[in-house]
Amino acid sequence: MTTTEKPGAELPLQQLDHVVIRFAGDSGDGMQITGNQFTHTSALVGNDLATLPDFPAEIRAPAGTRPGVSGFQLQFSSRDVHTPGDAPDVLVAMNPAALAVNIKDLKKGGIVVANTGNFKDSDLRKAQLEKNPLTDGSLEGFRVIEVDINSRVAEALSESPLSTKDKQRCKNFYTLGLMYWVYSRPLEPTMEWLATKFKNKPELVDANQKALQAGFNAGDIHELFQGHYEVPKATDLPTGTYRNIMGNQALAMGLVAGAKLANLQPVLGSYPITPASTILESLAAYKHYGVVTIQAEDEIAAICAAIGASYAGALGMTSTSGPGMALKGEAMGLAVSTELPLVIVDIQRAGPSTGMPTKVEQSDLLQSIFGRNGDTPMPVIAVSSPTDAFALAIEACRIAVQYMTPVILLSDNFVANGAEPWRLPSMDDLKPFPASFVSKPEGHQTYKRDARGSRPWVKPGTAGMEFRIGGLEKDTDGNISIDPDNHRSMTDQRHQKVQNVADSIPTPEVFGPQEGDLLILGWGSTGGIITQGVQTAQAQGHNVSRIHLTHVWPLPNGLDEIFGRFKAILIPEMNMGQMTRVMRSEMPHHNFISYPKVTGQPFLTTEIVDKIESLLSK
Amino acid sequence: MTSATLTKKDFQSDQEVRWCPGCGDYAILAAMQKYFAEKGARPEKTVFVSGIGCSSRFPYYMNTYGFHTIHGRAPAFATGIKATNPELDVWIVTGDGDGLSIGGNHLAHILRRNVDVKILMFNNEIYGLTKGQYSPTSPIGTRKKSSPMGSVDRPFNPVAFAIGCSGTFVARTVDNDAKHMAKTFAAADAHKGTAFIEILQNCVIFNKDFYSDTVAKPVRADQTIDLVPGEKMIYGKDKDKGLRVNGWDIEPCSAEEAGTWNPSTDASAPALLVSNMDRNPGLPTPLGVLRSIDEPVYETSVLQQIDEAVAKKGEGELEDLVWSGETWKVD
Ligand SMILES: Cc1ncc(C[n+]2csc(CCOP(=O)(O)OP(=O)(O)O)c2C)c(N)n1
Ligand code: SF4
Ligand SMILES: [Mg+2]
Repeated sequence: MTTTEKPGAELPLQQLDHVVIRFAGDSGDGMQITGNQFTHTSALVGNDLATLPDFPAEIRAPAGTRPGVSGFQLQFSSRDVHTPGDAPDVLVAMNPAALAVNIKDLKKGGIVVANTGNFKDSDLRKAQLEKNPLTDGSLEGFRVIEVDINSRVAEALSESPLSTKDKQRCKNFYTLGLMYWVYSRPLEPTMEWLATKFKNKPELVDANQKALQAGFNAGDIHELFQGHYEVPKATDLPTGTYRNIMGNQALAMGLVAGAKLANLQPVLGSYPITPASTILESLAAYKHYGVVTIQAEDEIAAICAAIGASYAGALGMTSTSGPGMALKGEAMGLAVSTELPLVIVDIQRAGPSTGMPTKVEQSDLLQSIFGRNGDTPMPVIAVSSPTDAFALAIEACRIAVQYMTPVILLSDNFVANGAEPWRLPSMDDLKPFPASFVSKPEGHQTYKRDARGSRPWVKPGTAGMEFRIGGLEKDTDGNISIDPDNHRSMTDQRHQKVQNVADSIPTPEVFGPQEGDLLILGWGSTGGIITQGVQTAQAQGHNVSRIHLTHVWPLPNGLDEIFGRFKAILIPEMNMGQMTRVMRSEMPHHNFISYPKVTGQPFLTTEIVDKIESLLSK
Repeated sequence: MTSATLTKKDFQSDQEVRWCPGCGDYAILAAMQKYFAEKGARPEKTVFVSGIGCSSRFPYYMNTYGFHTIHGRAPAFATGIKATNPELDVWIVTGDGDGLSIGGNHLAHILRRNVDVKILMFNNEIYGLTKGQYSPTSPIGTRKKSSPMGSVDRPFNPVAFAIGCSGTFVARTVDNDAKHMAKTFAAADAHKGTAFIEILQNCVIFNKDFYSDTVAKPVRADQTIDLVPGEKMIYGKDKDKGLRVNGWDIEPCSAEEAGTWNPSTDASAPALLVSNMDRNPGLPTPLGVLRSIDEPVYETSVLQQIDEAVAKKGEGELEDLVWSGETWKVD
């Protein structure tokens, strides 16, 4: 995206197919808001896009330091995109720490927009830099645009009644305005957003709007840039009505929708934990949909309250991340043993233990499938993208209700905080699966099974149906039993029931050649990157295919036959090879190649492409 | 099921009761079944929720709805049940280990939330089901298999614990007094909010007659006092002993000088003083109602907020859930 025009010439408008931009600054600089606004506006303009926020580990690390750097990357495009992009084309660095942390990712020849107002000696020291990167030659090969955003904001807001400090807090909107100019975005959506956001503080609306406008004007007047760009609206997106959505937001909406489709009241028990807290927060705001949220004293109480709700005839749900999953294990076993519906949401983060709460990993897979005492099978499904979270939350509710079982819905940090345009489903696309309650004692047995292997659900309050259940082994009548044959039979029945879920899901599609040397298998949030990587490799002439698993347990039918058509199956995953282990134990006769990545960062498309190349050249 | 009056038998389930012969749990079960018949309870509206322990087998023996859950967590399940259907009459059965060791956290939190449930803690000062280890209510020096030289852990006093957790109704009764149990169940039942009842319970196998110096029949009149709200604090075989509050202490006095018991003071200090008074060997073990105050009920407030939200925003429909926020069209 270089242009040969010299500064001072009439600023040309150049068309680009896609752009990857990263905003980076101190966690107090409002980079997430900036990124989200840019996303929002780009979505409204009609671009396809995907985002990757990168939160600092600390809420408020000392200002100006490297640990305090907060980033937000997005790719916006005139074509269908599946990832937030590998290397950014543009890095906006609000201070030296942001520059130092992010410069290694910038594309060769990429643009750095640096806020020189924050490059004083003291700022450099906070960032642990001995020399000023803007002057020491280390940025050679990049196009550096220096803007003293601090003073420009101060100038632009000279009339504002705000304090000097508060004026400086408008810096991010100045920066946003500047980038809006560069990429020819309209200001109106953000202007409106500001007006509603600070409804009761007109002086803040005014100052931020002025800063935004000043930044936009600066592009033109100050000739900082040699030109500006346009990324036309995406034309290959399916027609329909769209909105922009983040993963956890879509997931929370899916839980409400799922309960509605089941005709049940949703009751969420949850205990705050990054990156799952926003599900609790979102659902707490859906009270007018009849959602009950219980902020429990810990994760154990959270799941137990949810199971209690299901016992009482609601759809119990609980949301957490890895450490919380570890605590919920015993209660999950009770839900399996009593065969009550329950949706357990795990937004995975990097472990072990507290690990890296704001970074991504897919390392709770084995814990989800197997991590409980006893033979305790449970369906597990995995979300691949922010919009997918809506559909899969509904799917989790469906399985839970139809099979009277707890279901684990896996998502992760990358999906949870990422955003993309969502083509809104029509109401006809959402098929109801109403729960039914048994109220007649004739022929009723607590663990009598239907064709799916599911047991009847009785709501306390129903006269003549009083029954007792618990975690002790029971017989079909629900009576406690330690009979050896009964235990074997009940264990088999619980396994068979979960296995039966496979009959209700489609065999996943193979994209690309239906047979060949290499199949890339993705699950969860690697889906988008694998799609992009395989498309790229295919465009380069490689004979490679891909398949994506939404249902990771039980595995869908037909995989064995599909795998048999490929010489090797590559499994990229953000863990030490957990899905590979599952595949090797389920279908040992195929050639599975593990491709682990455990840096707390998602795969890059190039990493997938390079791996494909190296495997196919062997 | 008709709405005809039910008898004690109607509350007995078809399950064979499997406690040790002579266990205090039998008397509690019988008292409860009798109380339920007398109060005209509806089995279908009643749910017994328990954790794990000998005591926690209780729900299997009541012909009502029952949920035998996992160790220590019954209060959390009950909270979910009440938040879903506040109409259900929910009774929790727990033990001193279940409620105060592994489940201490949940017990504390249900008490502070004031969920409208009745909690029966069977306190035998021992882990019965796991065969006789000392528990968080065993006195220092308890010699059991896991404490051959005597336990060194300081015990909890369950009623003081419940009062300390902002419990709105706290009482104590004993398995060898059916009348007192019935009266205490009724008082708890009449309370709106979490009612906590400690029931001193004889584990004849692992902690036989641990209460022989206090609530056992021969000594009870002189060693205990039944605290009745609004009545004089008088006890003794001859009703000649009295208690009164003096500054920061409870002190013995004559029956004439006895103070009037008030478990509903704003501050919980008098209730705590009385709960712990038997640390002083000259003072009796308190039974009866130790605390009773009115506070908002958790699930009522939860559902009220839902009603308010619906009144304000209208009942949420699937369509406006999805079709919200700023949208645009791709044609
Ligand atoms: C997670 C877990 N840890 C330990 C146990 C073993 N266990 C069962 S009951 C119990 C103690 C019960 O004591 P208490 O609550 O006083 O009941 P009691 O048997 O005395 O009535 C223990 C430790 C268990 N069932 N689950
Ligand atoms: S062990 Fe003790 S508490 Fe348990 S049933 Fe036997 S006597 Fe009762
Ligand atoms: Mg006990």
